[in-house]
Amino acid sequence: MSDNYKIAVIGDKDSVTAFKVLGLNAFICDDPADAKQILRELKRGFKDNYAVIYITEQLAAKLPDEVAAFREIAVPALILIPSKGGSLGLGLETLTAAAERATGTKLF
Amino acid sequence: MELNRLRARLKTAVRGHKLLKDKRDELMRQFMLIIKQNKELRELVERKLAKAQGALSIAAALMSPEALEQTLLYPNRRVEVGISYRNLMGVNVPDYDFRTQGDSSALPYGYAMTSGELDDAISTLTKTFTDMLELAQVEKTVQLLAIEIEKTRRRVNALEYVMIPELQTNIKYIRMKLDENERGNITRLMKVKDAILQEAHNYED
Repeated sequence: MSDNYKIAVIGDKDSVTAFKVLGLNAFICDDPADAKQILRELKRGFKDNYAVIYITEQLAAKLPDEVAAFREIAVPALILIPSKGGSLGLGLETLTAAAERATGTKLF
Repeated sequence: MELNRLRARLKTAVRGHKLLKDKRDELMRQFMLIIKQNKELRELVERKLAKAQGALSIAAALMSPEALEQTLLYPNRRVEVGISYRNLMGVNVPDYDFRTQGDSSALPYGYAMTSGELDDAISTLTKTFTDMLELAQVEKTVQLLAIEIEKTRRRVNALEYVMIPELQTNIKYIRMKLDENERGNITRLMKVKDAILQEAHNYED
């Protein structure tokens, strides 16, 4: 039960820089392949332990496998946020997917 | 004996089935409560973030990109999160508890070179962040619960549709076989009795 977890934000520059001011670690990247690499490192907890990783929907849309892998583990939590371009509805979609998984039927 | 063993297993299976079914129902109830909360929270966060980002674009439009970047380059606070785990129906769900280090009210830049819109954007974002963290917690809980419910549902179904019927047919089969043996035994005894009687007394009935 460590106390020194950090929070990361991954996304394109415009969507992410502002979070820096809040004290989050921002990883600027536009390329899904780079994002994949970053996610992998964060997951292993090489440098720091992360409690929450926010990622833009635009990037997450291109990395469905990575997003799915994070679903199974308790820490870190990978949470989708809309990027500057607006919401793609992907965040709500993960919610629907979880509901479907639990109930076996579509909920919303 | 195999029959007794199977009977004991059936009893355990039925009991386990009932327990797991109860667990599934309760998990489901919790899940429904929390997923509703999750949905509302996500919609709220997305709305707020869109607003903050809109404000930020206006700020960016009023300042040169280089100046904006410089302004935001050095944050004066750091967020640290403590995680404790809460046990929800046998599922360990994380509870986040975040502390901001540094002065959280002050902006990390001077006011002279920046536009007021930037201040607005940052303050909106700061307010949104609490909700974002709560969203993270709720969403992770939902995901973990969903996995647990799926597992429990599978177990319940496996017990209900595979294990219990199989045990029942096996028990039935053994019992029929034993009964059949018993009947065979009785007829054999009767035959032997007849044969012995006949040999001893030339007796026939």
